[in-house]
Amino acid sequence: MGYPHPSHPKETVLLSKYFGDPVARTYAGWVERGGYQGLRKALAMPRAELIDMVKASGLRGRGGAGFPTGLKWSFMPKDDGKPHYLVCNADESEPGTFKDREILRWTPHALIEGCAIAAYAIQAERIYVYIRGEFTEPWTVMTRAVEEAYASGALGANVFGSGTRIDVVLHRGAGAYICGEETAMMNSIEGKRGNPRIKPPFPAQAGLFGMPTTINNVETLAATPHIVMRGAEWYKAMSLSSPKSTGTKLLSVCGHVQRPGNYEVTMGTPMRDLIFDMAGGMRPGRTLKAIIPGGSSVPIMSAAEAEDCLLDYEGIVAKGSMLGSGGVIVMDDSTDMVKTIWRYTKFYAHESCAQCTQCREGTAWTTKVLERILSGRGKQADLQLLLDLADNMTGKTICVLSDSCAAPVVSGIQKFRGEFDAYIAGARVPVLAAV
Amino acid sequence: MSADVTVTIDGMPVTVPAGTMIIEAAKHAGVLVPHYCYHPSLPSPAVCRMCLVEVERAPKLLPACVTQVAEGQVVHVNSATAKDARQGVLEFLLINHPLDCPICDQAGECELQDYVFQEGRGSTRYGEYAKRFNPVEEFGPDVLYVPNRCILCTRCVRFMDDVAGAAVLNVSERGDRAYIGIAEEQLLDHPWAGNVVDLCPVGSLLSKDFLHKARAWDLDKTASVCPGCTQGCNINIDTRDDVVVRFRPRPNLDVNRHFMCDTGRQGYRWLNRGDRIEAPLMREGTRTVATDWDTALDRLGDLLKKSTGSVVLLASGRLSTESLGLVRQLVAGRDVAAAIGVPVGDEAPLAGIPNLALRRERVPNLNGAELTGYVAGTERAIAAIPRAGLVIVVDAELTADEERAIAAASGTVVWMGTVASDSHHKAHLVLPLTTMAEENGTYVNRDGRVQVFQQAKGAPGMARPAWWVAGEVLAGPGPDSDAPGTGAEAFASLGHYYPAFAGLTHADLGFTGRVLQGQLAGAAR
Repeated sequence: MGYPHPSHPKETVLLSKYFGDPVARTYAGWVERGGYQGLRKALAMPRAELIDMVKASGLRGRGGAGFPTGLKWSFMPKDDGKPHYLVCNADESEPGTFKDREILRWTPHALIEGCAIAAYAIQAERIYVYIRGEFTEPWTVMTRAVEEAYASGALGANVFGSGTRIDVVLHRGAGAYICGEETAMMNSIEGKRGNPRIKPPFPAQAGLFGMPTTINNVETLAATPHIVMRGAEWYKAMSLSSPKSTGTKLLSVCGHVQRPGNYEVTMGTPMRDLIFDMAGGMRPGRTLKAIIPGGSSVPIMSAAEAEDCLLDYEGIVAKGSMLGSGGVIVMDDSTDMVKTIWRYTKFYAHESCAQCTQCREGTAWTTKVLERILSGRGKQADLQLLLDLADNMTGKTICVLSDSCAAPVVSGIQKFRGEFDAYIAGARVPVLAAV
Repeated sequence: MSADVTVTIDGMPVTVPAGTMIIEAAKHAGVLVPHYCYHPSLPSPAVCRMCLVEVERAPKLLPACVTQVAEGQVVHVNSATAKDARQGVLEFLLINHPLDCPICDQAGECELQDYVFQEGRGSTRYGEYAKRFNPVEEFGPDVLYVPNRCILCTRCVRFMDDVAGAAVLNVSERGDRAYIGIAEEQLLDHPWAGNVVDLCPVGSLLSKDFLHKARAWDLDKTASVCPGCTQGCNINIDTRDDVVVRFRPRPNLDVNRHFMCDTGRQGYRWLNRGDRIEAPLMREGTRTVATDWDTALDRLGDLLKKSTGSVVLLASGRLSTESLGLVRQLVAGRDVAAAIGVPVGDEAPLAGIPNLALRRERVPNLNGAELTGYVAGTERAIAAIPRAGLVIVVDAELTADEERAIAAASGTVVWMGTVASDSHHKAHLVLPLTTMAEENGTYVNRDGRVQVFQQAKGAPGMARPAWWVAGEVLAGPGPDSDAPGTGAEAFASLGHYYPAFAGLTHADLGFTGRVLQGQLAGAAR
């Protein structure tokens, strides 16, 4: 299938196989397509074996940090008598990222199945699926799917007669980017202001409602039924480059390409294939200028860096950026990099939760300095100031929102300094009114 | 968790219990880690990021307020990296700060001012941008919020949420638009709400009562004990030019931690009364004449000797134990009805701190009075006045009926006090006393803790402590008299008469007091 356009031959369709197939949304349709076999199989396995299997598969968190999933599950205490929780992070709000949205829209049962497998593995009886507030259609689809799953015995007090209880609670966000940060998400579910928490304690020790909790991304969880059905070795074999990056990755390609959309590739696929084959390449007469490979929070790559970059965790790190959430933002030579970076910092300044001083004040100040440059009143000293602010905002706060605001500023000045200089020298027409 | 851990902080090895946070361990090493959001009586959110310190082998700077010590840890509070980080925080805090120190009540005791002066940048890089503006808001009966000065440390929010248990404050909005909000239709009128003013490290939360009253650097601070109720919260009395301008809590982890209630906080005005009795007054025939202390003390001795029959002794529960104890000895061995009045009010606990409340009994020295032979409640003593040969009033707070009963007494009346009253005109002898702010003394709180309060201001005219008056008479006249000359000597002499205090001195009590062992008749009241 594929949505909005058919799958490209260079894709490896696993999670995206039924994107665009409305029948796959229904419980019956999903079962016809082989659904819920993974959950049935998992429920018959000893938990330790299940966790070892996911560890062996090499599956890593698809939300951005890339932490090994099986290892994360293994941090949960065993038989400690406390309630455990699984939180599914469906608050996909990283600018440039829209892969989880499609999983929620088209294959809700894949997610429910993955959630249930993970919940069983970590001895959680309750799953909170935290869905981004703006996701109206995904919310409706998920609500219907959860109802069907309960009605069919895939959820509830006795899942498929196994004696295991698994409940799913859908929790709708209210529009804060920061609630996608896992500890802020837990506060939000608890009814508190969505402020990130200090770690330690880590969620596996004291998470949601103070109880052992695991938080996994939608795409991560949706991958687990496949691993359970086809084995760790099969999953691990899907790797074209680094053995530390396995399986498939959904990449949301947006920006100046001919065919924006989600593409699912085997880890290690060349970036060139994604941009120029699957996504159709640049618009006529345009050339590639820059790529943000993992959502707006990661450093910007120049066209040269993207040239021979391989799409996996290690491949992108080798080029000075990160795979992050897989939101690939493509910019051609018509892009004003200064204005682009300003738009990102403005987003972070708006979304800062205001807890940490550096983030609360730094994101806003950075935005103001960029506005000054864009209004034609910048000074050379402003560039050093921006770098100093970025330094003060990096590695000093509770969560990484502040770092995320600083990353594009630093990489932008490093790689596209000429554009900043042009505004400052008056060689470019100001694009913003004076602040 | 009981084992000790040795760490090195700025080159100084210190050994502290495992589980101690670096910020507290640093205090043992004599190092103050600059901080804003951290407060030892509140949960730590680690949000101001001011206390970031360098810990060897850690990949990045760590917040000292939430990082536990570990064996062998080497911490640098004043390394270049840590100082740079602090300078960055200070710069961020200042960009939206109005820098209106000249008109700010907090100036002189402001942690933003102090740390910026200590290690901030010399000039701004913020340039021409407008600063965040929000209008001043009234939060409650005594609390103003000046949002422009706020650094969002959230101490006030956490105090109300986690200590007072009345979550009326919050952080509203996000990013650099954030400010402290108050729940709709709510007031910051909790009986302990005034503590948010003390907790605020900057001049953002202000006391209306203290507003523009005095500059912090003009104040003298004196360690004292709140005279408001039997809790005995430790306080500082802040005075300017012998005028009491405010009470503020003084830390005592065993009594009030870092807090005091609003009733206690506001209870200082009586210490500034201008209508004080400033000289001893004697009845001479039909006239009352002012006299000197030698004459007055002789007269007091005479009156005590010549009076016969039963004695009524009405005293104040705000008197020091020294005064209560020695005055009571003036009539030892006689048939005495000795009592203190105990006004009562509603109890108002501070939910988050065990055993801390504004107490029903609104006198500070109820236990001290009972240990020195007084009963609580004056009804029986008042009823005994018509039959008494001698009535002694010691600064008692009297009702109109009680005043009339004393004025109608047929026996001798000796009246000691601070301010004029209806009954003192009928007295045979009037002696001017000091208030608790004008002398050194002790109170015994409801848990039997004896605590010292120190003299905060000078006494008007010839006013003297009641213990001095009694001590002089008890010791008799003459150069060899061993009458106590200081509050400490008066306290040391108490043990001679009252075994509960035997062997104790002011020095034993220190700044936090000491609980009397097994001497209290009843359970803690």
